[in-house]
Amino acid sequence: MAKHDTPMLDELEKGPWPSFVTDLKRQAETHPECWDILGQLELSYEDKITHWKHGGIVGVFGYGGGIVGRYSDVPGRFPGVEHFHTIRVAQPSGMYYSTENLRALMDLWDKYGSGMTNMHGSTGDMILLGTRTENLEPLFWDLTHDLKQDLGGSGSNLRTPSCCLGESRCEWSCYDTQDICYALTMHYQDEIHRPAFPYKFKFKFSGCANDCVAAIARSDFAVIGTWKDDIQIDQAAVKEYVAGNYSVNGGSHKDGDWGPFSLKKEVIDLCPTQCMWMEGEELKIDNSECNRCMHCINVMPRALRPGKEKGATICMGAKAPILDGAQFATMIIPFIEVSKENEYENIIDVIERIWDWWMEVGKNRERVGETMQRVGLPTFLSIMEVEPIPQHIREPRSNPYVFWKEEEVPGGFERDIVAFRKRHAA
Amino acid sequence: MGYDPKNPMEGRITDIGPHSYDDMLPPVIKANRGKWLYHEIPESGVLVHYAEGGGVCYTVRVGSPRLVSIEHVREMCDIADTHCEGYLRFTTRNNAEFMVDSKEKCDALIADLKSRGTKFPIGGTGACVTNIVHTQGWVHCHTPATDASGPVKAVMDDLFEYFVSMKLPAQIRIALACCLNMCGAVHASDIALLGVHRKPPMVDNDRITGVCELPLAIAACPLGAIKPAKATNSQGEEVKSVKVNSERCMFCGNCYTMCPAMPLADPEGDGMAILVGGKVSNAKSAPKFSKLVVPFLPNNPPRWPEVTEVVRRIVHVYAKDAKKYERIGEWAERIGWEKFFEKCDIPFTEKSIDDYRLAYDTWKTTAAFKYTSHTDAYTK
Repeated sequence: MAKHDTPMLDELEKGPWPSFVTDLKRQAETHPECWDILGQLELSYEDKITHWKHGGIVGVFGYGGGIVGRYSDVPGRFPGVEHFHTIRVAQPSGMYYSTENLRALMDLWDKYGSGMTNMHGSTGDMILLGTRTENLEPLFWDLTHDLKQDLGGSGSNLRTPSCCLGESRCEWSCYDTQDICYALTMHYQDEIHRPAFPYKFKFKFSGCANDCVAAIARSDFAVIGTWKDDIQIDQAAVKEYVAGNYSVNGGSHKDGDWGPFSLKKEVIDLCPTQCMWMEGEELKIDNSECNRCMHCINVMPRALRPGKEKGATICMGAKAPILDGAQFATMIIPFIEVSKENEYENIIDVIERIWDWWMEVGKNRERVGETMQRVGLPTFLSIMEVEPIPQHIREPRSNPYVFWKEEEVPGGFERDIVAFRKRHAA
Repeated sequence: MGYDPKNPMEGRITDIGPHSYDDMLPPVIKANRGKWLYHEIPESGVLVHYAEGGGVCYTVRVGSPRLVSIEHVREMCDIADTHCEGYLRFTTRNNAEFMVDSKEKCDALIADLKSRGTKFPIGGTGACVTNIVHTQGWVHCHTPATDASGPVKAVMDDLFEYFVSMKLPAQIRIALACCLNMCGAVHASDIALLGVHRKPPMVDNDRITGVCELPLAIAACPLGAIKPAKATNSQGEEVKSVKVNSERCMFCGNCYTMCPAMPLADPEGDGMAILVGGKVSNAKSAPKFSKLVVPFLPNNPPRWPEVTEVVRRIVHVYAKDAKKYERIGEWAERIGWEKFFEKCDIPFTEKSIDDYRLAYDTWKTTAAFKYTSHTDAYTK
């Protein structure tokens, strides 16, 4: 494969941020097809349009997902990218790798692929970017037999679940995000690999309301850590913060000129529920008013910690805008225990209640959040067997168009118009 | 023995899933997992976590273009083998993290990373612009309206000083999605760069018969702009096809996703919109969607100067004007969006006024609520 002139891409080798162009050129020395990636991308920069064809169904036997087909629309000029299929490899929860495993994956991709990857894709999988159809089965064989790992999801199935790093390296995680993510990934291998849903379905697990994995914005089933008792306070540490001895917010604003720390300005006044105050040198919290947003804990991690009775809130139905506009996940279950003791049976029950219903009524390419909108939240809550509570809404409805059920109205809906007219002439 | 194409099902292994997280934790993480007490950020890009019993973990975070070669990943492995007992991790925003258990090891690690040119910029912590979450763009995708890796590189070059420092009022999360499908889920980002189309789809009557399920293409349009129609192909044959009512088209591209015979990408039609003020964290205020403030900027490779200029302007004005801890969306709401447009010198157009449908605005979309008697069933 010939090296192509890439004057525009060469411009992207300048500047302080690591350059993917430099990296592609480095890889092209051993994988000359990378010259064709660069060549075709340069052509797109000239033409201001993509040069990848629409679709192409490829895969491995028995799976309906995990590989995305891709073909160049200029294969004559760039034969190295004629086929450029993507392989999604399910990532380990929390995305920790041993170099032994990572090197084995790179050796595998050296053998079968273009040499380019995404670490990682948006859903969380490791993405191996660009290979030919005839390489798919041999690669899958080596992946499962030698590396003992598997593909992730694509298409109308359960997408590869993902989580924040949780308690592996975070003091705020209210449950073991990695463990439930791994357990449910293993429990639902069939649903990940064989599309049987109306559309994609995503689980995401965040250990606290800071939501580092953006569960509330992009997952159909968002499990967000929280607690139900009181924020733990270390009053001695509060004094250290006030005295300026501890770094505020862990030191996250160190390079700014923000002046000395003010507990009142930075914590008490910014509390969204105004549930904190000082009594002498003691910080007080009215926990019954707290909505567990995490701000005070973020600012004073050495003085404040989540409560001891921990679990999660479950929100459902988030998605990006296609088609009816973006949706955040709607709060459905205020508090649920998340414990490996019961192998997450209570969470699985909730998941399967949604799936049983959505697989029956969901339309083709309808995310569950859209199905929820279509049937309405009251109907969805009754399907979920969840009692409606004020926490389910931001505010009560402002229109009076209540869908009364016949059994709710004395005498029902059937009436006699003839009898009516005897009393009320038309 | 390997894959045998004559007996494809022979010896096949399926559904084994990923490796367990537990098999690949760095020793310092494995020893202190679940025991962490608090953390500090002594300098940009360095996190120190302290655990019960005295365990300490030093983490060095480095940026990455996400689109990385196996040579680049192997170099990361070399670094992890030298300093970190053979382990590393990646963040949800495509940064890489190296972990060690002492200050001395951390200093040696940092010196090593700094000796490798621009490949491993240390930063992305605290009140910074951290790495941009992005999609594939022209490198791999069939539906993009812009590139991803190129504009991301241009924006990060431009904002680099904010990646390697912590001087902003709060973190700025930037995301780029190369079309409205938003594989990058940019809709809740402080600054979202979004590839947009502006020309309705063409109909390829030579191709539509073989590749398109017409009812699906018709149903794919959220505004009913696509109708069945008879058409004539280039051979003069009458074919069953579709007709697009351009006046109704909102350029979402959903029809092209369903029907390869309806391409809509175009060098002049396509470009980038900028949305701002989104967040996913529940801290202080509920999660927010990003709002459209610039409806269109042209694709101008290789460095998208119009885009980098607007992004830089927004970041600079915000950096000067916002209060400590205030995210861009919170700042914009406090000062009012009219002030946002004025201060950032962004022309306001009717394109920023929503004329699409919006239905569910009274549902609770936050995990922040109060426990009352209504939640007793869950908590008592």
